Amino acid sequence: MRKPFAITLDVGSSLANRTGTWRTERPVYLDRLPPCNHACPAGENIQGWLYHAESGDYRRAWEELVQNNPMPAVMGRVCYHPCESACNRGQLDQPVSIHAVERFLGDEAIRRGWAFPQPASESGKRVLIVGAGPSGLSAAYHLRRLGHAVTIHEAGPMTGGMMRFGIPKYRLPRDVLHAEVQRIVDMGVTIKLNAKVDNILDTMRAGGFDAAFLAVGAHLAKRAYIPAGSASRILDAVSVLRGMETAERPQLGRRVVVYGGGNTALDVARTAKRLGAEEAIIVYRRTREKMPAHDFEVQEALEEGILFKWLTTIKQAGETTFTVEKMELDETGFPQPTGELETIEADSLVLALGQDVDLSLLDRVPGLVIEDGVVKVDANMMTGHAGLFAGGDMVPSERTVTVAVGHGKKAARNIDAWLRGARYAPAPKHELASFELLNPWYYTDAPKSVQPMLDILRRQSTFEEVTGGLDEGNALFEARRCLSCGNCFECDNCYGVCPDNAVIKLGPGQRFEFNYEYCKGCGICVSECPCGAIRMEPETI
Amino acid sequence: MTTQPVKFYQTGTFTVGNRLLDESQRSVQANMERTNSLNSGHRACQGCGEALGARYAIDAAMRAAGNQLVAANATGCLEVFSTPYPETSWQVPWIHSLFGNAAAVASGIAAANRVKGRKGVQVIAQGGDGGTTDIGFGCLSGMFERNDDVLYICYDNEAYMNTGVQRSSATPPAARTATTPAVGKRPGNVAGTGKNLPLIAMAHGIPYVATASVANLHDLEAKVTRAMGISGARYIHIHVPCPLGWGSAPADTIKVARMAVESGLFPLIEAEHGEVVDRAKIRHRVPVDEYLKLQRRFAHLFRPERDTERLAMIQAVADRNIARFGLM
Ligand SMILES: Cc1cc2nc3c(=O)[nH]c(=O)nc-3n(C[C@H](O)[C@H](O)[C@H](O)COP(=O)(O)OP(=O)(O)OC[C@H]3O[C@@H](n4cnc5c(N)ncnc54)[C@H](O)[C@@H]3O)c2cc1C
Ligand SMILES: Cc1ncc(C[n+]2csc(CCOP(=O)(O)OP(=O)(O)O)c2C)c(N)n1
Ligand code: SF4
Ligand SMILES: [Mg+2]
Repeated sequence: MRKPFAITLDVGSSLANRTGTWRTERPVYLDRLPPCNHACPAGENIQGWLYHAESGDYRRAWEELVQNNPMPAVMGRVCYHPCESACNRGQLDQPVSIHAVERFLGDEAIRRGWAFPQPASESGKRVLIVGAGPSGLSAAYHLRRLGHAVTIHEAGPMTGGMMRFGIPKYRLPRDVLHAEVQRIVDMGVTIKLNAKVDNILDTMRAGGFDAAFLAVGAHLAKRAYIPAGSASRILDAVSVLRGMETAERPQLGRRVVVYGGGNTALDVARTAKRLGAEEAIIVYRRTREKMPAHDFEVQEALEEGILFKWLTTIKQAGETTFTVEKMELDETGFPQPTGELETIEADSLVLALGQDVDLSLLDRVPGLVIEDGVVKVDANMMTGHAGLFAGGDMVPSERTVTVAVGHGKKAARNIDAWLRGARYAPAPKHELASFELLNPWYYTDAPKSVQPMLDILRRQSTFEEVTGGLDEGNALFEARRCLSCGNCFECDNCYGVCPDNAVIKLGPGQRFEFNYEYCKGCGICVSECPCGAIRMEPETI
Repeated sequence: MTTQPVKFYQTGTFTVGNRLLDESQRSVQANMERTNSLNSGHRACQGCGEALGARYAIDAAMRAAGNQLVAANATGCLEVFSTPYPETSWQVPWIHSLFGNAAAVASGIAAANRVKGRKGVQVIAQGGDGGTTDIGFGCLSGMFERNDDVLYICYDNEAYMNTGVQRSSATPPAARTATTPAVGKRPGNVAGTGKNLPLIAMAHGIPYVATASVANLHDLEAKVTRAMGISGARYIHIHVPCPLGWGSAPADTIKVARMAVESGLFPLIEAEHGEVVDRAKIRHRVPVDEYLKLQRRFAHLFRPERDTERLAMIQAVADRNIARFGLM
């Protein structure tokens, strides 16, 4: 080629200049642990299922969800959602309403009849589960997925444990519970009802079981000594709530006093109201702030007209009058009697003071360690007796449906390993995607979607569900509020903001790669990644 | 029950791309087939805002022009770091002549197109703030006044960076440069006066004038695309942080630009025939300190003690912009 005047070299491309050599630090992609996932007692991959829900692929979202938790419609209603307290979006406007989207997915699955796959192959091992509460059901589901034959022995006439005999139906409609239990049964899980296990080792031997998971919950009501006349009507909360599910509906009268400050006390008082009590009074010895019940539940109870007597204890019970004493908090925050007495009129007193575990089925089992009335388990959910695992309310931990479900999953994975003579090794956890690692500028402001509430009259007189679900539009909106903390959502920011075109876009679902031939290590991609999925690392020579 | 309209996308609405949007509605920069008009291997510093701004603008222009465009470039970093003989980073037809004559070269190309009857090839001129507001200003004003069919893009990094950070008429008040050192009673650049080229361009009554920032890609691309659809003289002034000259962290380039916008110091506006027709609203307003503190060229405003008087003066500039252009 003839060159122009004073030009001697051919035109070259700057690609010949490998600017990657300038670098002292390099960006690397990584997945960090979203705080919601970190906080979930059932170990759900919340960010993962929200990602699919965001694109309207509810089926895939549900499938991702049930990898860890088989009962999203139940969870979305009764879980106290620690995920939302941890949600980074809470530092922007309000947390993502994770439970509402979970509930939507759960309800969608029921409506559309989505089923769990059958296990790919049978292991030939038999596992006994004692108790068809959330912990037992969760273990059954996970063990079945791993190909084990599972039989649940349940003492009661119905499945669900405290989800049925504790949580009232205005919070958890029974058709929802039934549908999610049935889906687990349909995987080939055998459930024997009215089959109380009296001696665990005998039952295991008789049934030829290779391992057992105990999940008997805590059903023995704690009592308090209250001097009472022979005609006083004193009941306990678990029997009252249990009575709601069986033929014998509790007779509580026109005025009901409930003694206790936990969620159970609230459930009983709200149930009494719905049964027609004109007055339902909760008596609690400390202040509202100190109540173990969640604030939103206290709020809902107040809306329904439940009365509260804080800083009060019950001294004596008569036929229609109860003597109560005012308390005051001392410097340590502990309630102390004041000697100031008062009488309240009521037809019955319901004690909601917590529950103990009935451990009679474990009598004379060697190796077990029982402390404070609960059974000790190791990090693998195994009791001191080899092959005997336990979880849920009967082991030392927080007593919630979600914790129980998480225990069931963890126990199932450990039982599976144990049956193979191995140890279950969970994948190492990623580092936490804390708020400072995000660049929230890129997210639009979007207020949380509000779930509809039943009108107050029906909340006081019927057992219809109080809180409604989101419709498709709102659920989609809500899912899209997720910031995708710590996990690439293919927003193309790194690809766009690199001044050196050193980010290679691999295409939908494939994420990105750095071109270290040209990356100068400026770090703009790290600063501008909205979700904190890139990190700078020092270059080693 | 309250209902909310489902927007296309909530997560990351302001991000470069969006997997939930239809391909045609996504930004040019999100596209795997973007021109990459300024290719890898250029010698701009780490985190150079000018290199980024130029690719943003020219890629968008290429898409708008169906790849039919020629660019004339003034001397400056953009020219020097992209074309050390015989290499080039440009993947578009590109010509460099002198520091002060990019507008004139572009006017000439446009005239040649007209004379030769070559329709459909668009002409862009581009340069730094020095090449635009100082030495190239005469040629540019002429190009405006004759309404030549050229889009002129100024990459404003607020000083003569290529020759070692000397002040230009676009250097902001109180900024330290090589020629306005941070010494004496009033350290840094003069305050109170200045040269606002977008407003001067508007005073020529040309069809289109806009300001843009590397911190707001969607706005930038929309403006370039808009400008490419108009004939006659057009001007876009893009704010591009320079880590070297401003003393900011290379990783902070976009953040610094964003703070300029969010504080009100760099208003994002659009004007037609001399009248402002649109502005981008500030999303999360910040005090000017948030912008200034990221840059060593303003360090003397905070150390050894706060220069309250001049900080108040700079804040007043931001406040005035916000009121004048309706940025909130
Ligand atoms: C009124 C009330 C409201 C609650 N509300 C909530 C809530 O909103 N959200 C939340 O997260 N948690 C709530 N909880 C707590 C939650 O219900 C429990 O933590 C959870 O159900 C424990 O699950 P589990 O599987 O360990 O035991 P359980 O649910 O108690 O299930 C144990 C099952 O084992 C059976 N069983 C017992 N002994 C034997 C035996 N020997 N042989 C065979 N079967 C046996 C029982 O019949 C029962 O079905 C509430 C609890 C109560 C009491
Ligand atoms: C007539 C003339 N004078 C001086 C120079 C030296 N020179 C080259 S680039 C430059 C400064 C460029 O500043 P600016 O236009 O702001 O671009 P930047 O490098 O900041 O991007 C100068 C002074 C020159 N090339 N020609
Ligand atoms: S001196 Fe500034 S404008 Fe020039 S290449 Fe470096 S960062 Fe970019
Ligand atoms: Mg400059």
